[in-house]
Amino acid sequence: MREQNSMNHFAQMADARPAPLGEVILSAQAITHGYSKLPVLQDISLEIRKGEWLGIIGPNGSGKSTLLSILSRAEQPTSGEVQLYGRPLGAYKRKELSRLMAVLQQETIPPLHYSVREVVEMGRFPYQSWWGTENEDSGPFIDHIMERLQLEQLADRRIDRLSGGQRQRVALAKLMAQSPSIILLDEPTTYLDIHYQMQFMDIIRDWQQECGLTVVSVLHDLNLAALYCDRIAVLNEGIIHGQGSAAEMITRECFEQVFHVHAEIVSHPKVNRPQVLLCPEELYTSVE
Amino acid sequence: MTTFTQQHARIKKHRGIGAGAAGISLLLLSIVICLAVGSVDLPLGDIVRILLHHLPWVGEYIPVTWDPSSAQIMIHVRLPRVIMALLVGGALGVSGAAFQGVLRNPLADPYTLGISSGASVGAALLIYFGLQYAFLGQWTIPVTAFVTAVMALFVVLRMARENGKLPIQTLILSGVVMQSFLGAIVSFLVAMSQDGINEILFWTMGSLAMRGWSYAGILLPYFVGGLIVLIAYSRSLNMLALGERQAAHMGLHVERTKWIVLLTATFVAAAAVSVAGVIGFVGLVVPHLLRLIIGADYRFLIPMSALGGALYVLWADTIARTLLAPTEIPLGVVTSFLGAPFFAFLLIRNKRKSQEG
Repeated sequence: MREQNSMNHFAQMADARPAPLGEVILSAQAITHGYSKLPVLQDISLEIRKGEWLGIIGPNGSGKSTLLSILSRAEQPTSGEVQLYGRPLGAYKRKELSRLMAVLQQETIPPLHYSVREVVEMGRFPYQSWWGTENEDSGPFIDHIMERLQLEQLADRRIDRLSGGQRQRVALAKLMAQSPSIILLDEPTTYLDIHYQMQFMDIIRDWQQECGLTVVSVLHDLNLAALYCDRIAVLNEGIIHGQGSAAEMITRECFEQVFHVHAEIVSHPKVNRPQVLLCPEELYTSVE
Repeated sequence: MTTFTQQHARIKKHRGIGAGAAGISLLLLSIVICLAVGSVDLPLGDIVRILLHHLPWVGEYIPVTWDPSSAQIMIHVRLPRVIMALLVGGALGVSGAAFQGVLRNPLADPYTLGISSGASVGAALLIYFGLQYAFLGQWTIPVTAFVTAVMALFVVLRMARENGKLPIQTLILSGVVMQSFLGAIVSFLVAMSQDGINEILFWTMGSLAMRGWSYAGILLPYFVGGLIVLIAYSRSLNMLALGERQAAHMGLHVERTKWIVLLTATFVAAAAVSVAGVIGFVGLVVPHLLRLIIGADYRFLIPMSALGGALYVLWADTIARTLLAPTEIPLGVVTSFLGAPFFAFLLIRNKRKSQEG
């Protein structure tokens, strides 16, 4: 039953395009980063609309993580500007920004001696006064998140006693406790096995659809990107190679030009999304 | 109906209050016992009565039944020394916890940024040139040591600073560089001095002898002020444990927090060092001990480290002045000699516990 539901889910998602687009809430305007002749990012302009899931893909060293750092204000661009809801990112106060935007990095929570629940509660920091109190008791909200991510049993377990997959779930719960309207994910599934990868992506997808959440994620796994992202931007050597739907971006040409690998693109038999089949070099030459 | 959260919060609060109450009772008991120990025997009952007699409101109801000379010894000799031990220990403990929180390095302690060697150089120069009591009388060494400690700190911060930020690794390395450079100067002065008993060496090993009430009065505002600031920042230290970048994404002013906590912790420790010399191991080991007992939450760890440090130095100083009386063992020697094996014991026990469960 559940599986069927999620299948419907995908079917709807595939049929619904072009989805009604929301307003632009996050935009990068002519971002250049780095001083040398070969800057890390070169004149990047990007618009992210409310409620969409934008995937950023590209080979190693193409500047994906740097772009995400700049979008999250962890780094300042050499030139250009990022705007959030029409205001320059730099104009936001630290806590104000954290109420709107949350970031999940590739490296998850370090092995701390804090309990799972304590870490999830830290997500409420931007809403707390300096003494640690909130206007409204966030307890029931935290309970709800813990239940939703199946963390209730682990609530009192210490972080350093958790597996990598459990830890990433705690990081996600902390992100939810922050209740942002936009999240930035930097290769969030890198250290997860296939089960946790899918679980992770499904949770984000549900959250996005229920709450109109906006998602920007750097993804390594191009098949996952093709399945979940509403729009994909391909980054190569610091410039945007192209942006568009998965079908427009995940192509043989793109693979050869950007990733320098040979690939066959097939359509997923159940959902209308492209999937990648890789071809080893020798096989490819013998076939050709 | 109570929600899970409320229950959880209550359990935690109870644990915190329980540990705090146990700590304070232990402290009060230790104060009375340490006051009793010394060359002249003072009965425990008298000690409690003399103490109560000096409290406002209660004092009037306590009749004077003791020998006035006991009261003299207690009020003018032992009590100021006990209070000094509490303040110095509390200062080093709380400062150590704060340093470990910001630097996120298990070897960090109040001396990591070079204040102990800074203070030692100031004191050593004065002693070497026989200027201990020049200029400011008994305050010459404390004032000079404080100034040179703060100077050393600012050089370290200047070296480590990069675009207004303080990268942790650079900071720790700058501290190490500073410590070994200034340490070399102190060693040189020790080697060159002609005295039979080396006063410089003794200063660098710390002592609470001959420090009257006025020293305690000077240390108190640093300790109380520092403690309040660090308690206010304890939640921020919890967030820093997740990593600086994550903490920033969750709304913490990371650089501002680091500057404030490091400067506060350093000033508190510098005040302690300049009046008592370099007392090792307390700031390193007390926060670690408490982490093994009450956990890593800085909201408890910061105040408990003050309490633990106070208790630790109180007992160490009592041993220092009584074990080989009338000879005094340097306090820094006792703190390290007792601390190291005890810490090793706790580490081994903890290792065993985590292997079992």
